[in-house]
Amino acid sequence: MRPGTQLLSPDLIDRILREAFHLIMNPGVRVGSPAVIELLQDAGVGVRDGVAHLPELLVLRSIATAPKSFYLHTRRGEAVVHYGGDDVHFDPGSCCVNILDPETLEAHPAETRDLVRIVQVAEALPQFAAQSTAVVCSDAPSEIGDLYRLFVVLQHSAKPIVTGSFSAPGLKGMIDLLAADSGSHENLRAKPRAIFDVCPSPPLNWSEFGAHNLLDLARAGVPAEIVSMPLAGGTAPVTLAGSVTQHAAEVLAGITLHQLACPGAPIVWGGAPAIFDMRTGGTPMGAVETAMLNMACAEVGKYLGMPTHGYLVATDSKFVDAQAGAESARSALLGALTGINMISGAGMLESLACHSVEKLVIDAESIASAFRLVRGIEVRGETLATAMFAETGLSGEFLKLKETRAWFRDEQQLPSAVIDRSARGSEPPSDSWTRARARVEEILEKQQAPALPSDLLRKFQAILDRESERAGVSKLCLTY
Amino acid sequence: MSQQLFQDMRQSIIDGAPERAASLAQAALTDGVDPLDAINQGFAAGITFAGDQFGKGEMFLPDLLACAEAMQSAVKILEPEMLKRGSQRETLGKIVLGTAKGDIHDIGKNLIATILSAHGFQVFDLGTSVTPERFVAKAREVDADLVGISALLTTTMAGQKAVIEALDQSGLRPRVKAIIGGAAVTAKWAAEIRADGHARNAIDALDLARRLVAKAGAA
Repeated sequence: MRPGTQLLSPDLIDRILREAFHLIMNPGVRVGSPAVIELLQDAGVGVRDGVAHLPELLVLRSIATAPKSFYLHTRRGEAVVHYGGDDVHFDPGSCCVNILDPETLEAHPAETRDLVRIVQVAEALPQFAAQSTAVVCSDAPSEIGDLYRLFVVLQHSAKPIVTGSFSAPGLKGMIDLLAADSGSHENLRAKPRAIFDVCPSPPLNWSEFGAHNLLDLARAGVPAEIVSMPLAGGTAPVTLAGSVTQHAAEVLAGITLHQLACPGAPIVWGGAPAIFDMRTGGTPMGAVETAMLNMACAEVGKYLGMPTHGYLVATDSKFVDAQAGAESARSALLGALTGINMISGAGMLESLACHSVEKLVIDAESIASAFRLVRGIEVRGETLATAMFAETGLSGEFLKLKETRAWFRDEQQLPSAVIDRSARGSEPPSDSWTRARARVEEILEKQQAPALPSDLLRKFQAILDRESERAGVSKLCLTY
Repeated sequence: MSQQLFQDMRQSIIDGAPERAASLAQAALTDGVDPLDAINQGFAAGITFAGDQFGKGEMFLPDLLACAEAMQSAVKILEPEMLKRGSQRETLGKIVLGTAKGDIHDIGKNLIATILSAHGFQVFDLGTSVTPERFVAKAREVDADLVGISALLTTTMAGQKAVIEALDQSGLRPRVKAIIGGAAVTAKWAAEIRADGHARNAIDALDLARRLVAKAGAA
């Protein structure tokens, strides 16, 4: 039995969906893109003053055409990330501007070398099934910042990638880069390596950029992940149930736009919902209510059979401290129990404003524990204990049993040296921060960038040159 | 009697009760209480208390907004009488507010507009996604003391720099002070783009605005 958890009863989910369907009809959804409005009008949707009033039937048709399961692939074409069912995967948080300097403990604008460190560590850790374009590199021109960070990840990783674009032309360049990596646009469509986060603006607003992004991704056959982020009490109703309803309305609208552009294109019921902090006006990503929102939003998506995503394993602390550990581990467990297909956010501090490689390796231990938990209690052998007692009698010598040796690796999740279970010895004990720093250095010493064929690098370079020229920035001098 | 009335006025703001605040304002006018006294000794005392309580973590943003709304409803009743008497509430300063070009996130900016206005600043809110040219034009038109540029996204924070540069080029700075805010805005960013200050929340912004205006007045 896979252990799980359920916050919403089927009746409440029904009610949430009923109200969400009502909301996208009245008041309706603001749609900023003329091309998308045209698409909606062609489908018979009433659009007045930029506000689309989406009929339930059309939305249900879109849910029906959206795939309920698909995979992301490695560079070699192995299907390793399954969006669908209760399968759970984690990727580092994305699009962060700052990095925590482990020497000074200050946050500073992230640069390429920081992104490379994050990617190399995430590449080595099996807990992360996918990479993310984790930080915005301040040492690269912002006009092509989205393309550049994807390039850096492609250069140092073979894993699937969760990413996103900053502009419509940026998206085209990024898709070209991924197509080069896959060999062709057809290969990318057949075995997508990346998924793009696309965000509506709460409440009930698909901006020109967001709506157009959905269209472009659907037509390119590259998976899209809708990241709706109602802030309960700020940009959404203060009640958790009300925010989940708004989330459902925004995602239903997004899926409709997306499926109208290309029925059957892969799309994910995702989000980064959070409560709104009534003292600071911030978004507490480590709050238990934020985790509850993510769980509930995913439950609604699952009810419709959709693949799901959430934003967890992050903290509001500015340091990799007890608060960071408690908040991140708690939400990793809750997300895994819910069976959210892709859980983004590991490594992130300060309500998603700062990344930390050291936190990433600590979070990896929490994630490993979460995976262990959802594997549940398994039954091995013909009897639960009788056969083993038949061998040991009352001697208590279980350590010697062949079953012990055969099964302990499956029964116990064996942590890395980040987790301290040692007895107190002659050396003074270390704290988890110190051990995390050592673990990062240990990983980075061993980790090497995959050797990319020179013709692929030339293709990457040509795309970067073309996009630099388009954006009017000087060409990047790349070191491979 | 006035003391009790002022006390009730103060309490109506603290309770965030716009209807009670309005009826107390009306009662003041009927009783011939000077509207300026009603504001300064009554209602404003409530908003000051609320600000202090927020700073101490005893009141929260929704409370603060309700207080500000109550304040506005009282001032609205008293304003025509003040105009008639040729008196006006002392304006702490004029501020032009907006979000940076490309940024449509306006919760923070709206909060600041409400809080500053409730505390006696004259607020000119340009709304969302405002170009540097519009900031400069409005600041010039109303002879602003301050310009506040809000940006939530890291991608639109560059717009704050553009406004400050435009204010420099127009010659309005250094007389007009530029302040910035937003989730990702740091002291370092404020220093880098040579902003006159940055604020983490609406009450911070109020303190900052007061400081900058007082400094300009003293200079």
